[in-house]
Amino acid sequence: MFDFFLEPLSFAFMQRALVAVVLVSLVGAVVGTFVIHKGLAFIGDAVAHSSLAGVATAFVLGGNVFLGALAWAVPAAVLMGYVSRRGRLNLDAAIGIVFAGGFALGILIISRVPNYTVDLFSFVFGNVLGVSPGDLAIVAVVALGILLLVGLFFKELLFSAYDPTMAAASGIPVGLVQYALLTMVALTVVVSLKTVGVVLVVALLITPPATAALLARRFPRIMALAAVFGLASAVLGLYLSYYANLASGAAIVLIATGFFLLAFLFAPGRGLLVARRRPPAASPPGAAPTPGAGS
Amino acid sequence: MAHEIVPGAEPRAGVKALAVEGLAAGYDSHPALEDVTFAVEPGTIVGVVGPNGAGKSTLFRAILGLVRPWRGSVQVYGHRGHTACRLIGYMPQMEEVDWHFPVTAEDVVMMGRYTRLGPVRRPGPADRQAVQSALEQVGGWDLRQRQIGELSGGQQRRVLIARALAQEPQVLLLDEPVAGLDATAQHQLLGLLDRLRRDGRTVVLSTHDLSCVASSCDLALCLNRTVIAYGPPREVLRDDVLNATFQSHLLVFDAQGRIYVTHRSR
Repeated sequence: MFDFFLEPLSFAFMQRALVAVVLVSLVGAVVGTFVIHKGLAFIGDAVAHSSLAGVATAFVLGGNVFLGALAWAVPAAVLMGYVSRRGRLNLDAAIGIVFAGGFALGILIISRVPNYTVDLFSFVFGNVLGVSPGDLAIVAVVALGILLLVGLFFKELLFSAYDPTMAAASGIPVGLVQYALLTMVALTVVVSLKTVGVVLVVALLITPPATAALLARRFPRIMALAAVFGLASAVLGLYLSYYANLASGAAIVLIATGFFLLAFLFAPGRGLLVARRRPPAASPPGAAPTPGAGS
Repeated sequence: MAHEIVPGAEPRAGVKALAVEGLAAGYDSHPALEDVTFAVEPGTIVGVVGPNGAGKSTLFRAILGLVRPWRGSVQVYGHRGHTACRLIGYMPQMEEVDWHFPVTAEDVVMMGRYTRLGPVRRPGPADRQAVQSALEQVGGWDLRQRQIGELSGGQQRRVLIARALAQEPQVLLLDEPVAGLDATAQHQLLGLLDRLRRDGRTVVLSTHDLSCVASSCDLALCLNRTVIAYGPPREVLRDDVLNATFQSHLLVFDAQGRIYVTHRSR
């Protein structure tokens, strides 16, 4: 049993992969808990897809692919946040434009590369086993930085997410906090790219917190449970991908999806297949079966 | 009740609790308030009445600085801006609150402590004590661990009032606090406001319940984009003033010292 987990770790690439998935799943769960409760899921997805443009550009120019993705993702997230605050354009339309525009530019650039390699496709579909020491350093700095920021400003983030009006009246710079959250979403997406890829990265943000939201009722507990589900999915997915030679991103996302389905069916009091403890009359309007989740 | 004051924001004796002067505000280029001027002495309950769209909520939001005034000034105990805001406890309208968010009643009330905590600091025993006291004052201590979406409308309203109280404010701005409360809950709320008044706090509430203003408020402010009338309910709640405020035909009855308002039938 221990050999099952320890034997692969004799390889340096597996050690790096394990550290990377642990960091990425933790930060994804923490940031994702805000994402699902603020309806930012599609912003995250759009940031991920459109960052392909940055990835491809950096690749062609021979620059650092992470930095290329970052240079695209952060402005994209902030721009969508600006549109949603100013209301000049429907947010879903803005998301669609950024999503498709960036992804199309990425495909265009890639199509001009004569010999596109595994390295580039590891960003599209994820290849956690190919994380280099340099990649890991960037992932570690960004992930730990985000976790530290969320830890320090948890009160401000929670208050601004729950009730921006009152938070502003209490002297919190709500606009700054919201843009900071969007920036953290963009950073989380970028550091997760190598693990699960552009196409699937949004699942790391959404699925573990949505699972946790079925099982807990308080924000901090949802966040903690999301971290547990995220970690379990990432580590199990990594080993599955190692032993069965499967695509790591798909394996991680499918295990997270499996956890979600279990919770959706069997969550105490709220699961689809579980008898409600309370009579229907006592349940609040609109609270079943997934309060706040999935938006 | 003993209560410390936010540092740097001591209410000054002999100063108006709230002074609004020449206030104009609106959204985009549509004016919602024009030349609003009134002042409130400490220890007063003011009822703001007016038709839908008269600018009651905008007035509260402008006082809090959530809507930037076009012109005019707002002073709370002689303070302006952020310092003034920290002396105000605010209860928004029910529709503005996200009831599906995974927070408990206690979490929501603790958010009222933010103005006293400031950035980064974690709540301490004094904050938990203030939260308990605020929830007890509204009779909601036993609701503390319930998720806010599970509460009834009246209980949700009491939690929002408790959040405003947890701030230990000098001035309370309550946007429609009595709407949807049953007679008992309304009576309890008005009793609470009366205790706050005797404690020297100032309450400004908006409501559509003119009879409640007549029976429980010291002053009535009739608002329709600007101040139509401001004074003791007995002097202000007259047919002509109300008809000017509501642009409608209302009748005022004075039955054994209690004022009732009704619509004139055609």
